Amino acid sequence: MKVDFNIDIHHLPRVEGHGDIRISVRDGKLAEAKWAVVETPRFFEMMVKGMSAERAPFLTSRICGICSISHTLASIRSLERAMQITPPETARIIRLLAMHGETLQSHALHLFFLAAPDFASTPSVVPLLHSHPEVVEAGLLLKELGNELSIATCGRATHPVSLVLGGVSKAPSKPRLAEIRQMIADRRPMLDRATEFFMTLRVPDFVRETEFISLCDGESYPFIGGDLVSTDGVVRDENDYLLMTNEYTVDFSTSKFTKVSRESSAAGALARFNNNYDQLHPRAKEAAAAFGLQPVCHNPFMNNIAQLVECHHIVASAEAIIDQLLDDDTGDFRADYKPKAGASTGAVEAPRGVLYHHMETSDEGKVVKADCIIPTTQNNANIHHDLHALATQALAEGKGEKEVEKLCEMLVRSYDPCISCSVH
Amino acid sequence: MNHLGFDTEKLKIGSFDFTCCEGCQLQLANHESTLPEFLALLDIRNFREISSERLDDSDIALVEGSITRSDEVERLKAIRAQAKVLVAYGTCACFGGMNAQKNKFPKEECIRTVYGDKQIDTMPEAHKISDFVQVDYSIPGCPVSKEEVERIVVSIATRSPIALPKYPVCVECKQRLNTCLFDLGEVCLGPISRAGCDAVCPSGKTVCLGCRGPADDINYASFTELVRDKGLSTEEMREKLAFYNGFTEYLNHEG
Repeated sequence: MKVDFNIDIHHLPRVEGHGDIRISVRDGKLAEAKWAVVETPRFFEMMVKGMSAERAPFLTSRICGICSISHTLASIRSLERAMQITPPETARIIRLLAMHGETLQSHALHLFFLAAPDFASTPSVVPLLHSHPEVVEAGLLLKELGNELSIATCGRATHPVSLVLGGVSKAPSKPRLAEIRQMIADRRPMLDRATEFFMTLRVPDFVRETEFISLCDGESYPFIGGDLVSTDGVVRDENDYLLMTNEYTVDFSTSKFTKVSRESSAAGALARFNNNYDQLHPRAKEAAAAFGLQPVCHNPFMNNIAQLVECHHIVASAEAIIDQLLDDDTGDFRADYKPKAGASTGAVEAPRGVLYHHMETSDEGKVVKADCIIPTTQNNANIHHDLHALATQALAEGKGEKEVEKLCEMLVRSYDPCISCSVH
Repeated sequence: MNHLGFDTEKLKIGSFDFTCCEGCQLQLANHESTLPEFLALLDIRNFREISSERLDDSDIALVEGSITRSDEVERLKAIRAQAKVLVAYGTCACFGGMNAQKNKFPKEECIRTVYGDKQIDTMPEAHKISDFVQVDYSIPGCPVSKEEVERIVVSIATRSPIALPKYPVCVECKQRLNTCLFDLGEVCLGPISRAGCDAVCPSGKTVCLGCRGPADDINYASFTELVRDKGLSTEEMREKLAFYNGFTEYLNHEG
C-alpha cells in the first residue's frame, strides 16, 4: 500500500531535555528521518572562564541534573592532571563509590521510569504502580539505593558537595558505610526481580553495525580515566580525546554531532559492555547470559539490557569497595595543592557514556580555557542514522504510522539521551 | 486524598522546564520511600520528563530553569495564563542561577567560543522567570530540597500558609554541630544565605554558595567586615556571591 505520513514529535517525552523526531514518508518510502535537538544552549565553556579551579567543578556539575557526579569528577580529573595533583587512594575509591551510586540511580530511573512504560504501552510509570507494583517497588528500592550511596559518599545525589580538588572534603563514617552495606545486602534480590521482569519484555529486533566508543583500562570495568577505545580497533590516549570525537555542527540541531571511523559512533552502557565484557563481575555476566547478550552487540535497544547488566556489576563492586573501606584505616583523603599552569583531559564513564572535560589553568589556578564533550553529543549522529535505518526497516515490514512512531520513540529513549547536558 | 479526615480533590500539577539541567524536576522522583504517597496527592497533567501525557489545565505549574531564548518567553506566558498557581522552582527560575554567569561576557563571544561560525538564537542574558511573569511562590535551591517541595505542595493542597525560613544557613549549620568554615579559613556564605537546605554544603565541609539567595534582613556590611577581619580574600567572596546570581543587588551596590 502506498502511504504518505509525517511524524513530528516535538519535545520527545520521557527523556531528559528537548529533542524532536521528524519522519516523513512518501509513497510508502522513507523520505526523511531526523533527530533534531532544540535545547537552549547555556555556554558552560564560556561561563567557567576566569573562575578558580577550586570552584569550577561546582559550576560544571550543573551541566546535568542526572549525571552531576560524573561532570564534577570529569572536571576534577582534568584540573588535577593539569595542576599535577595526586588525590590519596582513599579519595579515589570514595569517588568511585559516589559514581557507582549515580550510575545505579540513573540506570534505575531510565529502566523503570522512562523505558519500561514503552514496553508496557503506558504513558508513564504511574499506571504500573497498580498493574506491576512489585516491579515498581524494585525500581524504587534500587534507585533509592543508588541515591543513598551517593549521599553517603559525597553529601548529595544531585550536585555533590564533598567532591573537591585534591580528594574529598569529608569521608563517610564507618557506621554510615556499614548501614549502606546492609542496605545493599537487603536490596540485592531486587536486581533479580528486575532481571525477571525485563526478560518478559520483547526487545525490538533491529541491528545496524556501529562503532562503539568507551574507556578501557584493561584491568577493571571503566569508570574514571583510561584509554579511549573503539570496537573498530582504535586506541587513543585520554588527552587525545579530540581525535576520538571530531565534533561538528549541523543546521537542524543545537547539539553537535561526532564521528570516529564511520559516519557515526555510539557511547553508553552497551559500548562499555562491548569493549569491556571480560572485566564484568561474574554476576553481571550471568545476567547478560540470561538475555543472550554477548559482545559485540549491534542492537541499540539492547542498551537497556546492558544498563541492567551494569547494575549487577555496580552493586557487586560497591559491596567489595565498602568491605575494603570498613576493614582499612581511612587515612588521608584530601591532598594539599598549589595553583599551577597546565592543561589536561579528564575522561569518565558517565551513565550515558564517555564524558570528556578538558581544562587549561593559569599560574594563579584560574580556568583559562574549557571544552566539554558529552556522551549524548557522541550519540546524536548514531541516533540520527539509526532512525533512518529503523524507519526504513519498519516500512519494509509493512508497519503503519503509529507503529513506526512508537518504534522511533523507543529507539531514541533506548540511548537514554541527556539532551540539556549535550547542549551545555 | 484525605487530610485530617477531610477529603480534598487531587491537585492537578504540571512541571515545566526551561534553560536548566532538569535536576530540580528529578528531585520530584527522589525521596523514594514517600514517593507513592506523594504521587497519590497529585494528578500529573504535564510532566514531560517522566510522562507522555500532555494536558494544559494545571492548578499548580512548577517552572524550572532560567529564560534565555525568545520562544521561551512565549511558552512561559502561556503556562502562566492557564495555571492557577505558578511556582518558580529552583535557583535558575528564582534568580537566573548559575546560567547568569554568561551575562558577564558579550553574547557574540559566547557563541563564537562554543559554536564557531554557526548562528545561534540566544538572549544576551539569562533571566529569572519573574522578569516576564507574575510568580506566586518561590522554592529556591540548586537543586531544590524534596522535603521542602513535599511540604509546600501539601500546604497548597490543604490551603495552609507557606513560608520559607527567614533565618540564615548558619542556624541550621550550628544545629548540626559543624565546625564553622570561617574558622577553617574559608569564605562561606552561610551567614547571609536563606536556610531550608539543612546546611547540606557546610555539613559536607564545603562552603555555602548561597543557592537559596539572601535570608531576610541580612547584615551585608557586617558580613564583608567579617571576611576582611579574618584576612580572607574579598575577590573569592565576590566570586562566591556571583555564583548563583542571588546577591546581585549587594554586589552592584558595592560597585
